Amino acid sequence: MSAKQLVVSAGVSIGLALAAPYALAQKKYDAGASDTEIKIGNTMPYSGPASAYGTIGKAAAAYIKKINEEGGVNGRKINFISVDDGYSPPKTVEMARKLVEQDQVLLLWGPLGTPSNTAIQKYMNAKKVPQLHVYTGATKWNDPKNFPWTMGWQPSYQAEARIYAAHLLKTKPDAKVAILYQNDDYGKDYLKGFKDGLGAKAATMIIKEVSYETSDPTVDSQIVQLQGSGADVFFNITTPKFAAQAIRKAYDIGWKPVQYLNSVSASIGSVLKPAGVEKAVGIFSVEYLKDPQDPAFANDKGMNEWREFMKKYYPEGNITDVFNVSGYASIQTLIQVLKQCGDNLTRENVMKQAANLKNFEVNVLLDGIKINTSPTDFAPIEQEQMAKFDGKEWVRFGETFGK
Amino acid sequence: METFLHQVIAGLATGGIYASVALALVMIYQATHHVNFAQGEIAMFSTYIAWSLIQAGMPYWVAFFLTIVIAFVLGVLVERIIVRPVEQAPVLSVVVVFIGLLVIFNSLAGWIYTYTIKTFPSPFPEKPPFGTHLVSSHEIGAVGVTLVVLALLYSFFRFTPLGLAMRAAAQNPESSRLVGIRVGWMLALGWGLASAIGAIAGMMVAPIVFLDPNMMSGILLYAFAAALVGGIDNPGGAVLGGFIVGVLENVLGAYVIGNDLKLSVALVLIIGVLVIRPSGLFGRVHVTRV
Repeated sequence: MSAKQLVVSAGVSIGLALAAPYALAQKKYDAGASDTEIKIGNTMPYSGPASAYGTIGKAAAAYIKKINEEGGVNGRKINFISVDDGYSPPKTVEMARKLVEQDQVLLLWGPLGTPSNTAIQKYMNAKKVPQLHVYTGATKWNDPKNFPWTMGWQPSYQAEARIYAAHLLKTKPDAKVAILYQNDDYGKDYLKGFKDGLGAKAATMIIKEVSYETSDPTVDSQIVQLQGSGADVFFNITTPKFAAQAIRKAYDIGWKPVQYLNSVSASIGSVLKPAGVEKAVGIFSVEYLKDPQDPAFANDKGMNEWREFMKKYYPEGNITDVFNVSGYASIQTLIQVLKQCGDNLTRENVMKQAANLKNFEVNVLLDGIKINTSPTDFAPIEQEQMAKFDGKEWVRFGETFGK
Repeated sequence: METFLHQVIAGLATGGIYASVALALVMIYQATHHVNFAQGEIAMFSTYIAWSLIQAGMPYWVAFFLTIVIAFVLGVLVERIIVRPVEQAPVLSVVVVFIGLLVIFNSLAGWIYTYTIKTFPSPFPEKPPFGTHLVSSHEIGAVGVTLVVLALLYSFFRFTPLGLAMRAAAQNPESSRLVGIRVGWMLALGWGLASAIGAIAGMMVAPIVFLDPNMMSGILLYAFAAALVGGIDNPGGAVLGGFIVGVLENVLGAYVIGNDLKLSVALVLIIGVLVIRPSGLFGRVHVTRV
């Protein structure tokens, strides 16, 4: 910063400080917000290897359409600019720059993917533009000290993996564990959480870890390696297509371990059905969202509202796809943040309100799960419940883990 | 030892996938002397057409053959409408057109059918053969289908006047035109056939890897390696190349270099073959008189 800039910014800060007592009554805006409009940017993998998640962005856009038809947030319409990054981090950087510098959005909401968000985290924090409710479960988004402009939404991968580790230690302390993981930050985050959870026993209990790349056509070879290790527990850290392949292959070659499946791929419609439900019986996972295929929610109030919403605003969307529930729930969290912002739509206030959610409930999250944040806790959802697949549905058991 | 054997067999099964796609690559190369990067995507798209037909209630085999016909027409149309105008263009332009086609077919499939994975039925029994767990009936069946396609292709190019005319048109368009071969149509026919073979490959691959718009992106790289190892102008070599790549990838991945470098095996093979023996293990070495 040059001396001149310093003087100017100091002047502005003093001016702001002096104006502060009146600010509450006045409308305050940063770029992207005005009396009539709030501009929100978003990146999604609408194409490319992770494109199954693209529907999250479409569900969110549909919800915003609904909000706008109902009059917007505090009288302002939301202009949701959602662009494709193909799950390619360089593309995400390019798109984030475009959204921030050209489109001048107030904030970036829900960019999807661990590598993609990692690529833009420093940029967003340097620019002081909120990178809100990022769509990845990596643990590192909950770091308000070093990255005060970045916040996650879903439960972290490490927290989830620790739940499995705790369950395993309780039910099968002499287990021999084999792990298949995607060779990137996401896979390694789960791996770390699981090892942390097992603690000192990790070294003896985990007898085989193998990885795969998203460019691999199949993970058959990896499953054969895991079976060959003689393990009796299988922790499956894979994205939907590979999860379905792994479950099917393990069954087909006659390997029958106790299986833990990461929630990333716990969708009945897009993973377990393609794999063959009879091959997935007995698998453990965790849940925090209501699965649209779960008969327990056939007449659930929240899910019925969601179905109505899908019919009216996103009729081409798949009503068995849990990702559509996810997008519907996460965008409501943003709407709540914007509501709380009132007429003070500065980026600073957006972060302040995002870190000030108190027992916020979305009725498509499992009953009892509440969204809480604070200036030192940037992890909105921290509760999950374990579930076991019985061939038809996830049967939840035990209490909700987490705070 | 049992695991090793299992790896080899699993490798042969995946190799069968590579072989079938490699065959389509060889086909188009034989017919046009181009390597078509969009081959995998056209195959994937054809597989979606088959999926739609089956969803609409058509019996598997009817859908299977109807898809082959549709894919053939699709291939001919692509050649006539898109590739034809750049026929005389430098090779780089052609490559760009192929990559464009790749992206278009990929996005089109995603747009129409969404990116959620779909199960594709197999015509072969669900139960594994010979009471073994090592390999599924579909994987053996798929290898069988690939070999049948190979035999047909081999006889077509070796023994039929049309096949010979196509080879001639690819190798020496001018002379072929002089002896009365309609070179333009031969190229279109080559595209049609390659696209039809791709459709068969797609329908054999989809039950194994699940059907999604990115089904072929990884496979195509391995298929390239397979085609190059075997010799890009030799169908038999390409199939053998497929099996070699499949087994090599599994065995090296499991015991030597680790799973994270498996794709590198394919890339090293591609570069190695191009540097050391560009015509592949079984390809003919071309000598051009200057």
